[in-house]
Amino acid sequence: MSGESTYVPKSRLAKWFESRLPIIGLVHSSFVAFPNPRNLNYWWTFGGILSFMLAAQIVTGVVLAMHYTPQSGLAFDSIEHIMRDVNYGWLLRYAHANGASMFFFALYIHMFRGIYYGSYKSPREVLWLLGVIIFLLAIATAFMGYVLPWGQMSFWGATVITSLFTAIPLVGDSITTWLWGGYAVDNATLNRFFSLHYLLPFMIAGVVVLHVWALHVHGSNNPAGIEKKTDKDTLSFHPYFTVKDGFALVCFLVLYTWLVFYVPSYLYDSDNYIVANPLQTPVHIVPEWYYLPFYAILRSIPSKLIGTATMFAAVLIIAFLPWLDTSKVKSAAYRPLYRIFFWLFVACCVLLGYMGSQPPEGGYVLAARFLTVYYFLFFLVILPLLGRYEKTKPLPVSIYDAVLGKHGHAKPADVNP
Amino acid sequence: MAASAIEDEPTRRDFVFVATGAMGVVAAGFAAWPLIDQMNPDATTLAAALTEVDIGNIAEGQIVTVKWRGKPIFISHRTATEVEAARAVPLSELRDPASDESRVQKPEWLIVIGICTHLGCVPLKNAGPFEGGYFCPCHGSVYDASGRIRQGPAPYNLYLPPYKFENDTKLTIG
Repeated sequence: MSGESTYVPKSRLAKWFESRLPIIGLVHSSFVAFPNPRNLNYWWTFGGILSFMLAAQIVTGVVLAMHYTPQSGLAFDSIEHIMRDVNYGWLLRYAHANGASMFFFALYIHMFRGIYYGSYKSPREVLWLLGVIIFLLAIATAFMGYVLPWGQMSFWGATVITSLFTAIPLVGDSITTWLWGGYAVDNATLNRFFSLHYLLPFMIAGVVVLHVWALHVHGSNNPAGIEKKTDKDTLSFHPYFTVKDGFALVCFLVLYTWLVFYVPSYLYDSDNYIVANPLQTPVHIVPEWYYLPFYAILRSIPSKLIGTATMFAAVLIIAFLPWLDTSKVKSAAYRPLYRIFFWLFVACCVLLGYMGSQPPEGGYVLAARFLTVYYFLFFLVILPLLGRYEKTKPLPVSIYDAVLGKHGHAKPADVNP
Repeated sequence: MAASAIEDEPTRRDFVFVATGAMGVVAAGFAAWPLIDQMNPDATTLAAALTEVDIGNIAEGQIVTVKWRGKPIFISHRTATEVEAARAVPLSELRDPASDESRVQKPEWLIVIGICTHLGCVPLKNAGPFEGGYFCPCHGSVYDASGRIRQGPAPYNLYLPPYKFENDTKLTIG
């Protein structure tokens, strides 16, 4: 994925194989010899963490599918069967359910890192777009996975989200009936969600390959936000970054396993341990935490069509970042004003998440409205204007200079002055 | 290719190329349709379309829920004051203007699909600021005793199912 390979096969068998399928050379040039900027910090380890989590979700998911029954009369009981009867079923299910949360946790950090350091800017726009596609696929996959246990929150979450499509003028109702395969969420809906929930992670894996391919054309962005020029700017992927990524992964897994073994139901809605009842809506419908900011945006607008459109816009606007952010300087380390607006944006997203978890009344709705306004202001007004009017700090001459000081002394300089 | 070939464009070959491509697109469309249409409601879903209800023992002021096509149907035996209040509202005050008379066959019986027109939750019966009205707990839509949207994000009144009174105590929905 990164041009010429420096891999030289030694044994006769390796030479024979490499001349027929140069895959070892590809892996070597991509993940062993690949030159990474030497200043990558720990925020850059979440790509590797996400790859691991995707693999973990696929492995636990394939195994769970061996015991799960996608039939509306049996689905709920088959989950309890997994929890109580299947050997290690409780572990596999808790690992899978909490794994989805950990995937989104890592994904959001990965995205915020990209926004802070301007990783979406030229020449990495396509890399960013592929990431947005992965985000969209992950949203769809997790949503359909949550429906499978067929509890009250599964059923009503599915009803509310699929009903968003009824907001489309003229054809909305037909589209919703088509999605449901009936006149309400029912067995047909459950069946197709299971089919697609199994399919989409493999599509994500495919887009991840493209994402890594696009990444390796120009290599990673870095905290200084300037491109690598000489060998002095880089270190080889192995052992420097395999070890760094590995250490970060272990720390991440501590959090993940703590969730799985100590508070496995902490993020799970207790209403979902009640079997789906199409005639009774739970008093308070809340989606999983990773959808809450978008849910808050949906609820903050008192019009169904505009609310739905605004929510979809809040997701899709992320794809336009490379063109909305007009600043030539990538890293927020050299953009004093942008850094303030960025952290306000992070706070805005977190607060929107809180508003989404609260009942849709009075002060919560009002606060969500203000936050929604800032969310869109950040993308549509602040970013385009900052590029014009912000006075940025001078960039270091090279990545090497940024790390080791201007005169080549081995003195660590602050990249974040 | 020789210069003369370019001057002669469009050639027979161009025509065949475009025609073949067009036929390919049409064929792909026909091949895709079964893959798309299989997701629409199947024959068993379409068949389960009639529900009969005995309304003789629904007391005045009571609202009961029955299931039709997998959806909840609210059958409301309205009191005289509820009907009066619903009919006193000027249409100009309504988001989705409809007179109470146009929404019922008999004034004391309101029969609506119990699904909020916002995002499909089932509203609570006899709840919210209107007597004999409905309140959706999901996003706070308020409906009056005629099932008309009065506050909150829902755009339309509660929908009316097709129904018929067979006699004083028997109702057929569908």
